[in-house]
Amino acid sequence: MSPPIIDRAAASTPPALARHIRGLSDRAIAWLFIAPTIVLLLAINIFPLIWTIRLSFTNFRANRTNAPVRDVGIDNYVSILTDPEVWQPMQATAHFVIWTILIQTVLGFSLAWAIDRKFRGHGFWTTVILVPMMLSPAVVGNFWRFLFQPQIGLFNYGISAVTGVPPSSFEMLGTVALAPWAIVIVDTWMWTPYVILICLAGLRSIPDYIYEAAEVDRASPWRQFWTITLPMALPFIMLAVLFRGIENFKMFDMVNLLTSGGPGSTTEVASITLKREAFEKWRTGYSSAFAIILFVTVFGLANIYVKALNRVKSR
Amino acid sequence: MSTSAHSVVEPSGRTKAIAGSLVIAYALITMLPLVWIFLTALKTPPDSISYPPKIVFTPSLEGFCNLFTTRSRQTEDYIKSLPPASGTCEEIARARNMVIAGPSNYVPRFWNSVVIAFGSTFFAVALGTMAAYGFSRFRVPLADDLLFFILSTRMMPPIAVAIPIYLMYRELGLSDTKFGMILLYTAVNVSLAVWLLKGFIDEIPREYEEAAMIDGYTRLQAFRKVVLPQAATGIAATAIFCMIFAWNEYAFAVLLTSGEAQTAPPFIPIIIGEGGQDWPAVAAGTAIFLVPIVVFTVLLRKHLLRGITFGAVRK
Repeated sequence: MSPPIIDRAAASTPPALARHIRGLSDRAIAWLFIAPTIVLLLAINIFPLIWTIRLSFTNFRANRTNAPVRDVGIDNYVSILTDPEVWQPMQATAHFVIWTILIQTVLGFSLAWAIDRKFRGHGFWTTVILVPMMLSPAVVGNFWRFLFQPQIGLFNYGISAVTGVPPSSFEMLGTVALAPWAIVIVDTWMWTPYVILICLAGLRSIPDYIYEAAEVDRASPWRQFWTITLPMALPFIMLAVLFRGIENFKMFDMVNLLTSGGPGSTTEVASITLKREAFEKWRTGYSSAFAIILFVTVFGLANIYVKALNRVKSR
Repeated sequence: MSTSAHSVVEPSGRTKAIAGSLVIAYALITMLPLVWIFLTALKTPPDSISYPPKIVFTPSLEGFCNLFTTRSRQTEDYIKSLPPASGTCEEIARARNMVIAGPSNYVPRFWNSVVIAFGSTFFAVALGTMAAYGFSRFRVPLADDLLFFILSTRMMPPIAVAIPIYLMYRELGLSDTKFGMILLYTAVNVSLAVWLLKGFIDEIPREYEEAAMIDGYTRLQAFRKVVLPQAATGIAATAIFCMIFAWNEYAFAVLLTSGEAQTAPPFIPIIIGEGGQDWPAVAAGTAIFLVPIVVFTVLLRKHLLRGITFGAVRK
């Protein structure tokens, strides 16, 4: 924007306002517009994060504010990283993230591919499919708890109707072997639509002329899929995996409602452990260190992944 | 979904039929749990836990009555001594040897959800629009870093920042207040709002404002009278996304509120009837809570992809 235009604009505004506004250069407006957001994020995100870091080096307990707070150095970090029991939630989280991503990507991409065939009514059915991901994970977790009830649940009834296994013989949420899969099932139900949507955008971003050229070259449909469809949709698929990965790493709502980490600690993902340490045992310092370790892990993994994603994109 | 003029080399009729039946089958399986919740809301508690699950049943309002009231058990003689019941819910309660003791907490909790969702959406969208305009139209130093910082605030597990926010809110007297929750959700949503709105505003040609400024508008007037109306659709879509997030949020709500400011998601799962969870009441509460989201999903379907990927993918 060249200065003369601004001057002319200011000159023709009503005098009172102009006197007020003329002082506001574009630079001032930019800062005035951006600053409130930055200030809010500093207050509600960065300040708490710094506080968490500070607390992570202490033995502070939030339920005993009068007890003397002692600096414990890196003790919290050491005890977390050397505690074999901490690997349980980490493993549970990894198991959960890997399986949900694997299943949802295959299922989501296949369905996106099917939707992209443009059969009659595909718009309506796609909208129907997208509903679950817009719901509250807590509410979803709660009503799936109902569907998983061993004696009365619709899920058990359906499975036993198909397989003939008596419905009372498997308790999805109460059995060590089944509970993690119960959570994978619910997460898949809720979030496959998300993957479908992103994959669909990927499929639709592929220009038609590439297929037309392949057709001229008499490439088989199978070959077209492997050499055109999949590679060109790959950056989108990877983006879906990134977003789902970050979200599922943080997963709390659904697990808390479905199993609260049980039975035993089979479904105790990292967020559940964190909640227990911080808000039930009130080991504030210890749980702050745990939170920082988690944050660094997500942030680190996400960054490495984004680098890989950019490489694929630029190919 | 999008009906853009994209045509792959037209798929054969048989491919379409297979694709269509795959998608429709998945959609029906997806809908089943939701339909089941809506059906359960209309059952009596015994019907809701009968086995095999009842598909044909006499609809009852008991779930809704139990959702909105609290009841107390009385002796049969006492109930016979009462004057005739005044209203359906009273009748249903008396048939189970109970009288209505008072309203339940559902309405206040639902109302909290409404106030917090609207309040935080308003602030997030207002701040987000301003910041997005700032980033879109002016050369801001370190703009990329600031934008990445804004995005990265979403990577933190809510439980990780919940500890210091809990402490901070306790100091400031914001614990368990609607204002505190509005502030928190505004901070969480503003990152999404900035990213989404920046995409929308980037698409509005700068020439419009420049023309308006040549006609004598100041920068701020041009923003208000030219940019805002042009961005209206984007602002509306962003607002609905923010609203849905605040409406669905559970982790912060369950950790930071206990009564006064509690929203519906932590409340619905704890509705307990005689002898355990009152599933029809829970289902009724869930159904009422889900309706706005289902409507929003249909309204949003064009923007869905942008909203869930922070505008990283556009259609």
